[in-house]
Amino acid sequence: MLELLDSGFVLGQLRSGVTTAIFLFLIASGLSLIFGVLRIINFAHGSLYMIGAYIAWDTTARLPGYGVSFWASVLVAACVVAVLGAVVERCLLRFVYRREEHYQLLFTYALVLIFSDAAKILWGTEAHSVSRPHGLAGSVELGGVRFPTYELVILAIGSMVVIVLWLSLNRTGYGRIIRAAALDREMLGALGTDVSSLYTTMFMAASFLAGLSGALITPIRSVVPGMDVEIIVDAFIVVVIGGLGSLWGTLLGSLVYGMVLAFGIVIFPRFSIFAAFALMALVLIIRPWGLLGRPIR
Amino acid sequence: MTGLLELDDIHTAYGTSLVLFGVSLEICRGECVCLLGRNGVGKTTTMRSIMGLTPPYKGRVRWKGEDVTGSHPHRMARRGIGFVPEDRRIFSELSVWENLDVAQRSAKRPGPWTIEAVYALFPKLRELSKRPGGVLSGGEQQMLTIARTLVGNPELLLLDEPSEGLAPVVVESLLAQVKRLKAEGLTILLAEQGLDFSLALADRAYVLQKGSVRFSGPAGELRENVELRDNLLAL
Repeated sequence: MLELLDSGFVLGQLRSGVTTAIFLFLIASGLSLIFGVLRIINFAHGSLYMIGAYIAWDTTARLPGYGVSFWASVLVAACVVAVLGAVVERCLLRFVYRREEHYQLLFTYALVLIFSDAAKILWGTEAHSVSRPHGLAGSVELGGVRFPTYELVILAIGSMVVIVLWLSLNRTGYGRIIRAAALDREMLGALGTDVSSLYTTMFMAASFLAGLSGALITPIRSVVPGMDVEIIVDAFIVVVIGGLGSLWGTLLGSLVYGMVLAFGIVIFPRFSIFAAFALMALVLIIRPWGLLGRPIR
Repeated sequence: MTGLLELDDIHTAYGTSLVLFGVSLEICRGECVCLLGRNGVGKTTTMRSIMGLTPPYKGRVRWKGEDVTGSHPHRMARRGIGFVPEDRRIFSELSVWENLDVAQRSAKRPGPWTIEAVYALFPKLRELSKRPGGVLSGGEQQMLTIARTLVGNPELLLLDEPSEGLAPVVVESLLAQVKRLKAEGLTILLAEQGLDFSLALADRAYVLQKGSVRFSGPAGELRENVELRDNLLAL
């Protein structure tokens, strides 16, 4: 507890909390976007993140000239996962939209199991790791705290994604159509929008984000089976805290959760996960629709 | 006059509950046809069947002679059918302008009805353009929902109970605006429970009872023949 009096230590934890929050945001924003527009709770979103990580590891290992190859493989991973997402939406998910919610949950959970086994068959069960890309292996000192350069890059990418998402939703015609689809898809269809192709595009964009975050995390965490389920639980905590379907809610939820993990480990070392769940329970009791979400009518 | 839309003996159901039992009607270009009947006789369902929102399980819908039965709603909209739903269905969190912009982008039918043109028809909407649709009054929402459909430059406007729930003064000005649309040559299918609004506009009328057409003829006949009117429409 005394460590909290040391400003350097606090900054260090803040740094680790923010980094966690960025990855959580990249994952949870896709989950939230899919729920907001398609009204589906996609358990398989974490699987797309895992597949992104495996593809990034696999491609990095194959490509020559590390440094360039890392960024190339991040891009490859995000794009392949985006296409995979589009295929899943077109060929499978579209048949369960009209089913009841528990059926949809079971369906996407089945996808989790399928993807997890497929990953084991393709890439084995051992842990893989990717080293930090060239030039970003070191660290920078800011205000007495050492920031790993790679994490600063992550911070930049994460902030860019937040801004791009916000701008595309609020300042572009397509974004307005997406927001309209979240409010009343039938009316939007009657006005002339092909809602089913909009769904595919949305699912693809969300999958891209999942693949991107999976690829970007490889230099920080090892690529192992089970990372899919681990992240989806975290992502659900985030969207429950922040509010499903709300972009700012997802950002706030990610930051809150990231900070609870980073500082919880100091304040109650054995209960930091418990602290996160307790926070989620508290939010559910006080504002069941999340901090910035809105009640579903 | 040429036939624009033709319904040929359509039967429509919501799940297992049957609503329409063989509705046939025809609308010609430039006409204002009104669909009358009490609550629950199938006026809205007829419109939803035309639009493809609840496709008929039997019978045909023809648009300019082409069989379009079972087409997706977005295809119907792009063919030139504009649906103004009874419950208005404004995108509540989008501003007035955003509602119009979304509609324009959705229909992809450029034409005389630009956002500027609908603002000229409903000047109130220009003042409200930055307000979220959800905070508008009933009358303002009704203007917006008509304007939103107009920016798709429809050839046929399906107006479902536009006067419902509006104060008499508001209905009055709405009537004047719809008359202007008619005068500009827009084809309109109007569903109404009340006779005043519809008979002031319509050239021809169809009266529905229990999901089928009980009367069809010139609107003037219903205007004059009180007995017929009471028989078909009295509560």
